[in-house]
Amino acid sequence: MDQDPDADLLGRLRAGDEQAFVILVRRHHAAMLRLACGYVPSVAVAEEVVQDTWLGVLRGLGGFEGRSSFRTWLLRILVNRARTTGARERRSVPVGDPEPAVDPSRFDGTGHWAAPPERWVEEADRRLDAAKLAGRLRSAIDDLPDRQREVVTLRDIEGLSSEEVCSVLEISEGNQRVLLHRGRSRLRQALETEFGGA
Amino acid sequence: MLPKLFRSRHKIVCQQAVELVTDYLEGRLSRAGRRRFEAHLAGCPHCTEYLAQMRATIELTGTLTADDLPGPVQDEFIDLYRRWRADAGDGPG
Repeated sequence: MDQDPDADLLGRLRAGDEQAFVILVRRHHAAMLRLACGYVPSVAVAEEVVQDTWLGVLRGLGGFEGRSSFRTWLLRILVNRARTTGARERRSVPVGDPEPAVDPSRFDGTGHWAAPPERWVEEADRRLDAAKLAGRLRSAIDDLPDRQREVVTLRDIEGLSSEEVCSVLEISEGNQRVLLHRGRSRLRQALETEFGGA
Repeated sequence: MLPKLFRSRHKIVCQQAVELVTDYLEGRLSRAGRRRFEAHLAGCPHCTEYLAQMRATIELTGTLTADDLPGPVQDEFIDLYRRWRADAGDGPG
């Protein structure tokens, strides 16, 4: 990939530059840990999975041909190891039961809003304490079902493309979009509940 | 499932519109679907607000920064790297 932001560091790492390794670890650690936590029972186990993944990366460096971005390759290794390590096997139900974006009781019998969204966007911009907002949002993300949390984290926090997310999680584009939709819808509702009606 | 009443080819109602928001933002609606969605928004301030809230939610989520790596954890990775170099003999070529 021409525009892989990790390409320079990868080159340095291949040349044996320890500092390049540390920078790569720092850059990707939080995303890896969060992702691993969705598969294994504790943070301690997730940390082992992350370490194990980096060891796999170092050993597999020669085989990485750059057909995907380094990050996609890295996270795929992570997910594979986390799945192997994790007690839970959840791949058979990638999407789960239908789940409306908005509680159906908020619409009337014709599908129009009966209880329309309470306004909070301007309030969030104008007055809300940024730290409070971030805290509420983080806990709402933590409360998402695992699959939704993975997709929302990778797309909206880590900034992966939908193609990258599909590749990392080995899910179809359609499932990726359903999970993203449900996850984002839940987060919107959490923010409305917290900050709406001001 | 939505009642049959809602399955019109021409107009969508609010309860359908909120389910189309992600497809809309991802550019995955057909041209006709996009037109129907936008026509609904043009006449519906609540769904316009809803879309603005979804956009704001995405934007706010994007401002959450990755937690920084604590020093001791970083040291573990330096150890890991050095062990690997040692095991790999003269290291990567």
